[in-house]
Amino acid sequence: MNINVDELLSSLTQQTQSLLLSLDDPQPLIVGIRTGGIWVAEHLHQALALSKPIGVLDISFYRDDFSRLGLNPEVKPSSIPLDITNEHVILVDDVLHTGRTIRAAMNELFDYGRPASVHLVVLVDRGGRELPIDAKVTGKRIDLPPQQHVKLTGPTPLKLEIITAKT
Amino acid sequence: MQHFLTTESLTKDQLTNILDTAESFTNVDGRTVKKVPLLRGKTIVNLFFEASTRTRSTFELAAKRLSADILNININASATVKGESLLDTLRNLEAMHVDMFIIRHQDSGAAEFLSRHISPHISVINAGDGRHAHPTQAMLDMYTIRKAKQNFEHLKVAIVGDLLHSRVARSQIHALRTLGANEIRVIAPRTLLPARIENLGVKVFHQIEAGLKDVDVIIMLRLQKERMLGALLPSEHEYFHLFGLTQERLALAAKDAIVMHPGPINRGVEISSEVADGKQSVILEQVSYGIAVRMAIMSMLAGNS
Repeated sequence: MNINVDELLSSLTQQTQSLLLSLDDPQPLIVGIRTGGIWVAEHLHQALALSKPIGVLDISFYRDDFSRLGLNPEVKPSSIPLDITNEHVILVDDVLHTGRTIRAAMNELFDYGRPASVHLVVLVDRGGRELPIDAKVTGKRIDLPPQQHVKLTGPTPLKLEIITAKT
Repeated sequence: MQHFLTTESLTKDQLTNILDTAESFTNVDGRTVKKVPLLRGKTIVNLFFEASTRTRSTFELAAKRLSADILNININASATVKGESLLDTLRNLEAMHVDMFIIRHQDSGAAEFLSRHISPHISVINAGDGRHAHPTQAMLDMYTIRKAKQNFEHLKVAIVGDLLHSRVARSQIHALRTLGANEIRVIAPRTLLPARIENLGVKVFHQIEAGLKDVDVIIMLRLQKERMLGALLPSEHEYFHLFGLTQERLALAAKDAIVMHPGPINRGVEISSEVADGKQSVILEQVSYGIAVRMAIMSMLAGNS
C-alpha cells in the first residue's frame, strides 16, 4: 500500500505554520531525526521559509537497546548549528511508533542546552506507543498492527510504504 | 569484536568502520554536556604497568565521555610489587564486576594473555604491550591521516626513527597496509631497525633526505631514551644531526605533507621545535582525535558489534 506523501506534507506544513504562530518567536530551530526525519524537516524548512539552519540528530548513542543490539554501524554525527538554549525547537521525525526514538532524541537535545520549548512534528503516527509521548502536529494517523511498519524512502521522491514483516 | 589487541588481524572494513564511528564522536566535545550515555553503568579498568600520561588520560576521558565508571590502577603502588601475579590481580578485579580492561604492559603479548584468561563477557583493549603493538595509537594516527588527506590510496608515508623498539610503528604499518596506503617507507639507522622489516611490505631508507622525498605523511617516532642504554647510538646530538626532522628536511617532502608524532616529543633529538610547532604539524590534533577514536573502539566492543 502506498500513501500520497505530497498531501501529507502539505497538511503537515499548514499545521506547523499555525503552530509557529502560537510561539513567541516566529523563527524556531527545526531539528530532524536521521534519516527520514531530516527529509521531512528539510521540506518544512523550505516550505515555511525558516531562516535558521536545520539541526540533525543521530540518536544512535542514546538508544535504549544498545546493550541488546550494540552500536549502529551506520552512525553519523549529529549537528546542531547553534546554541539551543532559549530556542523553540521543532523536532521532526517521519514515523512515530513506540516513542523510544523521541525519548532518545530529547535526551540528546538537552545535552546541547536548555531549549525554551520542544514541539514534536511527525509525518505519520502509526500508534503502538510504549511511552507517554505524543506529537503536536501529525500528518496522518494510521493505526497498524505490530507486524506492519511504515517506511519512508527518499529524499527525492519521498515515498511512504506500509510493509508487513515476514514472520 | 570482543577484544582489541592488534591492528594486524583486522580487515579494511573493520578499520574503516572504527574511523567512521569515531567521526560521530568528535563533535561530542563541542556540546554543553560533553557526554553520551552509551556505557552508563559499565565499569572499565585502566590497568597500566608502564608509565603513560597521554594514553592513560585519553582512555580515561573517553570512558567518562561514554558515561562509564573508570578505575585507574597504579601498578607501581599496588599488589604486584608485593609479589601478586598478573593473573591474581586480574581475578581480584574480575570479582569487582568489571566490564572492560585497558592494559599497558612492558611484556609483548600481555594483553592477549589477559584476554585468554578472562571471563568471556569482559573485553580487553591493548594500550601497548612491549615491542608488539599499540593499536589504539595506530588507529588515531589513521584517523588523523584520513582527516588531512581524505583517503589512503595515493599516499606515501614515511615512518622515521627507532623502529626497533616501537610498538606504535608496527601497528601503524599493519593498519596502513590494510587501508591501502600506496607506499610505506621506514627511515632509520641500521641499529634501530628490526631484522627483515622489509617483509612487512615497507621500503627501507638509511638516509633521511632520500627517504623523505615527496612523501605526504611523516610520522616521527620518539627516541626512547630509557631504552638507549646499549651502544645503539653514539649520541643524541649525532642522532639529530643525521635523522632529526628539521625545516630543511621537511621541505623535501610534498608541499602539503603533514608531520605526526605519537608523543612525548624530544625537542632537538628527533624533531626540531620549529617543525613540531610549525603549521604542518598535526601533533596536537592527534591527541584530540585520540579521545574520539578510543570512544569508538570502546563502544564497539561494549556493544560487541
